[in-house]
Amino acid sequence: MRLSSLLPLLLLFGAAAQAQSPTYGVGRTPTASEIAAWDISISPTGEELPPGSGTVDKGSELFLSKGCAGCHGTTGTGGLAPRLVKLDVAADADPWDYGRVLPIRSPYATTVWDFINRGMPLGAEGTLTPDEVYSLTAYLFFLNGLLPDGSTLDRESLPKMRMPNRDNWAQVPDWLPGKPRLEGYPY
Amino acid sequence: MGVKKSDRREFLKRGAALAGSLVAARTAVGQTPDHTEHTPVAPGPDAFLRGSDEIVAYGKRSRFVTSVRIPHGGRASPDQFGLDFHIATPLQDSVGVITPSSLHYMGTTRGSFIPDIDPEKHRLMIHGMVDRPLVFTMAELKRLPSVTRMHFIECAGNRASSRHTTVQETHGMTSCAEWTGVLLSTLLKEAGVHANADWIVAEGVEEVKGASSIPMAKAMDDCLLCYGMNGEPVRPQQGFPLRLLVPGFEGIFNVKWLRRIKVVDQYYMTYNDFGHLTRDPVNAALGYQIGPKSVITHPSGGQQLPGPGFYEVSGLAWSGGGRVARVEVTTDGGRTWRDADIRGTAHPMAHTRFSFEWNWDGKECELQSRCIDELGQIQPSRAQALEFWSTPEEKATSVKGQDNSIQPWRIASDGSVHNAII
Repeated sequence: MRLSSLLPLLLLFGAAAQAQSPTYGVGRTPTASEIAAWDISISPTGEELPPGSGTVDKGSELFLSKGCAGCHGTTGTGGLAPRLVKLDVAADADPWDYGRVLPIRSPYATTVWDFINRGMPLGAEGTLTPDEVYSLTAYLFFLNGLLPDGSTLDRESLPKMRMPNRDNWAQVPDWLPGKPRLEGYPY
Repeated sequence: MGVKKSDRREFLKRGAALAGSLVAARTAVGQTPDHTEHTPVAPGPDAFLRGSDEIVAYGKRSRFVTSVRIPHGGRASPDQFGLDFHIATPLQDSVGVITPSSLHYMGTTRGSFIPDIDPEKHRLMIHGMVDRPLVFTMAELKRLPSVTRMHFIECAGNRASSRHTTVQETHGMTSCAEWTGVLLSTLLKEAGVHANADWIVAEGVEEVKGASSIPMAKAMDDCLLCYGMNGEPVRPQQGFPLRLLVPGFEGIFNVKWLRRIKVVDQYYMTYNDFGHLTRDPVNAALGYQIGPKSVITHPSGGQQLPGPGFYEVSGLAWSGGGRVARVEVTTDGGRTWRDADIRGTAHPMAHTRFSFEWNWDGKECELQSRCIDELGQIQPSRAQALEFWSTPEEKATSVKGQDNSIQPWRIASDGSVHNAII
């Protein structure tokens, strides 16, 4: 048997061996609570969402009291910051004609929760409680006609929300080293 | 000894006075320092710099070198709050391929204050779908095997328009530095990545905690956790004390002030990822890794050729797909193309300097450059790119998607250089 035909096998065992034991032993192991405190990423399936809940009503109050309206406009549009309510188009319009508006264009409700939680409000980022983030998210969905008035959102209901572009976006292609960006594209 | 010293000082003083009077004489007759000048003495400096603690400690460029970055895209940076937005590098003054750290372009996802991080307190966590979550101090990261590589970073919004005058405006959102750090694959192997983990999410510590989803194949291939930049620690505007480098990917993936890497099994659709959202699969495929691109930096828009004669046409080429294989130059608006010389080594995903020997006959003409990378990807003309995206040229102010199209510069018969985008 030639060495080259053994190579994949050797690589496989090599990789397995590497996966089993660290090579350098540098760095320390974080505690579970430490990881939980650092980890603010929310996946589309929402398993990291914290307990708590929020309502459209509370969200509409927070939108004013937390200063959101100051940058985004009292109705979610007309401010210096990006608009938060879809463009005024026909009821049967293509969802991509609603504009580049996070709480309506995003395929996942979790993206909205995640960004409010990590990046808002300006100057006091990361200070909102989970309940407040659920409320503000619910309010933005209400403004965009995705939730009726009086609705509640929590860790169970949020990831289940059906966003208009849920299956209507282009997945980024599999990236492989040494491959052109797009097969058949000359440039 | 003391006498000798004093003599020497006296001699220096006289010398300085003599130099001073020569300066005065030269200024008085109003001579300009060009080739028509005939001076009776060999040229020398007009003055001498006194040593200072500042110059001793960190050095300083000549006061005659005034090249600076500018806010990009018409928005003040910093703005009235001191937030940084987009800042463009002065490519028109570039030589070689390294962008000085203080002139490296910069972008932020939402206007950002620059995190002021004590490296002693900074930590990087790797967690998620791994056998062993790990936390590293900066000192621990520096114990691990390091690599040093040349790489460009380019903003996805680095697009030329007919409104632009200089190459700083058309192309200033790309820069190239020598980066030093630890391969991300080293840390991922140390943590032990699960077989079904296809993505990582990398996150910074700025106010919005900017996060991007990156394919595991890329993370394992050549991503770098950088603490060094051009021979010194990474600058705060570039992510001090630690930034992620994703060679060849659009700027936003290169997460600055990196604090956390989460190993996951799906695309997380972070807010940064949302910025790439499209329903056009072609646009999605092209808006990811930077295409083959080049631009002539001299002569370029706003510069002035003193007259007909010999010039080295010089510029930069780069590609997110790998090494620059070839650069071609046209001096007749694209009718004929000839190979330019590659100056130095073409590193993968790095600015590569090209040059082309040219005798200008003094007539109006148009210069362009075209990059071909090692994958065979060819930089398109603006017309080709617009045709591909089916944009009527007369209406288009910018190419759709990521714009890697050819930049034309028009040389007028008076030697002035102009952006030739219509």
